[in-house]
Order: sequence, then C-alpha cells, then structure tokens
Amino acid sequence: MTASLVQPEAGFVVELEQFSGPLDLLLHLIREDELDITDLPIAKVADQFLAAIGELGLNQAADYLEMAARLLRLKAQMLLPRRLGDDEWEDPRAELVRRLLEYQQIRELVEWLAGAAARRAEQFGRGCVPEPDPMPPARLVIDLNDLLGAAERVIALIPEPVLHRVVPRPLDVEGATARIQELLAARHEFGWLDIVGERAGIVELLSAFIALLELARRGALNVRQHEAFAPIVIRRESSREAA
Amino acid sequence: MNPLAKLLEAALFAASRPLTLEDLASLEPAAGEAAIRAALADLEQAFATDEHGVELVQIAEGWQFLTRREYAEAIGRTGIAQRTRRLSPAALEALAIVAYRQPVGRLEIEEIRGVDSGAVLDKLVERGLVEVVTRGDGLGRPLLYGTTPGFLEILGLKDLGELPRLEELSVALRPPAPAEPE
Repeated sequence: MTASLVQPEAGFVVELEQFSGPLDLLLHLIREDELDITDLPIAKVADQFLAAIGELGLNQAADYLEMAARLLRLKAQMLLPRRLGDDEWEDPRAELVRRLLEYQQIRELVEWLAGAAARRAEQFGRGCVPEPDPMPPARLVIDLNDLLGAAERVIALIPEPVLHRVVPRPLDVEGATARIQELLAARHEFGWLDIVGERAGIVELLSAFIALLELARRGALNVRQHEAFAPIVIRRESSREAA
Repeated sequence: MNPLAKLLEAALFAASRPLTLEDLASLEPAAGEAAIRAALADLEQAFATDEHGVELVQIAEGWQFLTRREYAEAIGRTGIAQRTRRLSPAALEALAIVAYRQPVGRLEIEEIRGVDSGAVLDKLVERGLVEVVTRGDGLGRPLLYGTTPGFLEILGLKDLGELPRLEELSVALRPPAPAEPE
C-alpha cells in the first residue's frame, strides 16, 4: 500500500497524511503488537518503523525521517554496555516514552472532541450557515507530453542570464503602440506572439502589454482568450470601423 | 410565561449565534441579572416539554435555540440545513493541544504532535476555532494561541470546564517508571 499522490477526483492534491505524524505511526505499530510502551523493545520498533515508512512511501517526509533517525540512535544506545548497579544510568528511552504517553493522551482527547462535535452536529441552530467548503483545487487535466512540451517551450524562452550589467531600459509603450497599429492596419486578427515575437525580453513584453491594454481601452481593438493559458487573440474592433 | 421570558425568546429566535447573559441583559437593562436568569429558566422549562421541536441549550457561555436531535436526520437529508464540516484528525490534534495548553505556541504544538503544524493551525484560525491571544516571552516573541467561543460552539460545550479533566483519561500522563538497571 502506498500513499496516493494524486487523487483523481479532488484535483491536484499531495496526500501524505495517512497517519497524522510519526508518533501516530509509532503508536499504531506499538498497539498492533501489543508492546509495553514503558519498556519498548527499541530494536524491534525501530526496524518496524523503517519498514513501515518504506512501505507507505513516507521515507521522503522529514518528520518521519527524523523519527527514524532517533529510533536508530536509541537502538545503538541500548546496545552500549553499562556497569552493574550503576545508579546514574538513565534510560535513553525515557524521553521517547514520555512523548508517546503524552501523544497517546492527545489521541484520547481527539476522540472525545470528535465525539462532542458529532453530537453537536445533530442539532441545528437558527439560520445555520455552515462554513463554506474550502475551494477545491483546480482540476489538473493534462497529458504528460503536453506538460513536457510546455516545459520545453518555457525553457527555450529563458534568455541567457546577463550578470553584472545594469542598464536602464525604459518601457517603450509608444513603439509597441505603433507596432500594434501597424498590425491592426494590415490584419483583421492576430495573436500576441505576432506583436512581441518568440524571444521578447521582459521590457518588450511589458511595453506591448501596456500598449495593448491602452488600445483596448480606447476601443481600437478587442482582446480575447478562449480559455486560461490559451493564445490571446487580438481583433480589430469592428464597431469602431462601422462608426 | 412572563413578558421578560417572551422578550428573551424573541431575541434568541432572532439571533443566529448563542447569546450571552450580557447580551440578554442589555435587552432590558432594568430587569437585573437574577430576573434574566429566572426568565431563562422558565423559557428552558417551557421548551423542554414535548410541545416543541426546538430546545433552549446552554452553549458557548450563552444560550441558543437548537433543533432536537431526533430531527437531525430528516433536516440533514433534505438539505434544508447543512451540517458543519468535520475536522480532520490533524486539526483535532492541534485543537486538543490548544484547548489544554492555552496559551500555547506553534512550536509546543509541533513538539507534542511530532509534525509540522503551521498549516493546520492557520486553518483553525481561519475557521474561527482558535485565535492568537498573546505573545510569548521566548525568542522572537512567538504568537500564542487560545480557543474561541466558536470552539465551544462547534463542540456544544457550555465552557472549557466541560472538557474532560486529564485525570479522567485512561492514559494518565505520568513520568515513566524509573528503569531498573540490569
């Protein structure tokens, strides 16, 4: 069983929370084997924990890895010889046991709270307005090849970085306006890339965008986008022609 | 029922949240707290009979009319009113820690849960169940969180005193027995 990375119906959701944390998983393992929490067989628990996070695909999650490292260290510490009758000896497991007991108590409170919330949910108040559901993440429906293609196009557009040269480059809105007007005169309809070309820098892009918005505001053209991320289509405003 | 009880009934009907004694007393400042309490008791009694589908409930340090439990299924099924969203186990863990340790900072919550809790805490704040109540003295004066009236409301509690006492839990938090050296 692996933690699912993408839930097909819920959009793009990364789901690691099969257990609510490494302590939850640890407690689960301890209960499953009915181990004595105050006298944990650390070696056994450490091995099971490592196996479990591998199986659940959690071995990339920092919190789980940290717990795994802690368990391995305890396992090593338990192997160290200690002198007979050494009163100074402190059980290296004490801290972990304390945390587990504390966490177990929280889990018990969680059950109580969940029960109270469920009982409360059986009664409705006046004008009961439930909190809105969280916005579902947008569904990501994409073909792997499209994604790779898009990534390649973006990467190809990244200009070589120029370091240690700061040149003031004022926006050239007028130039861009003139360019768009030329296109408007020549063609009834054209695309964004016709204005800026394939390899425009940020200054050219901004200039063209501002010019485009300004012309649209003046009613010289209208701008359409069929759907999010689709190519932008610019059209000569026909009503203006008629006028 | 006396006129004061009927006034309270009207106000409680109009409100979409629990009304505190203070809220209710402000309706009739001349009445005095004892009279308000007596009127509330009358009202509670009047709605506790078989004659009504709603009852007067003490909740979130106030009073509110709620539908009787036996009608939950029908009301929920028809979508006439919707149940509140359930809290995730992670959210309940953080909520339990805040409820028992308040005021408490994010770090302490994460230490107990053994897992990053920033996002979960933000969600609880967003839902109005916990809020920043003060700042700690530690490094960077961390934000400390406490529960809100909304917390009591969603759990149907009168006040925090209704939470189970830690001694009542089957797992008492106690220091582990000192290990016997072998």
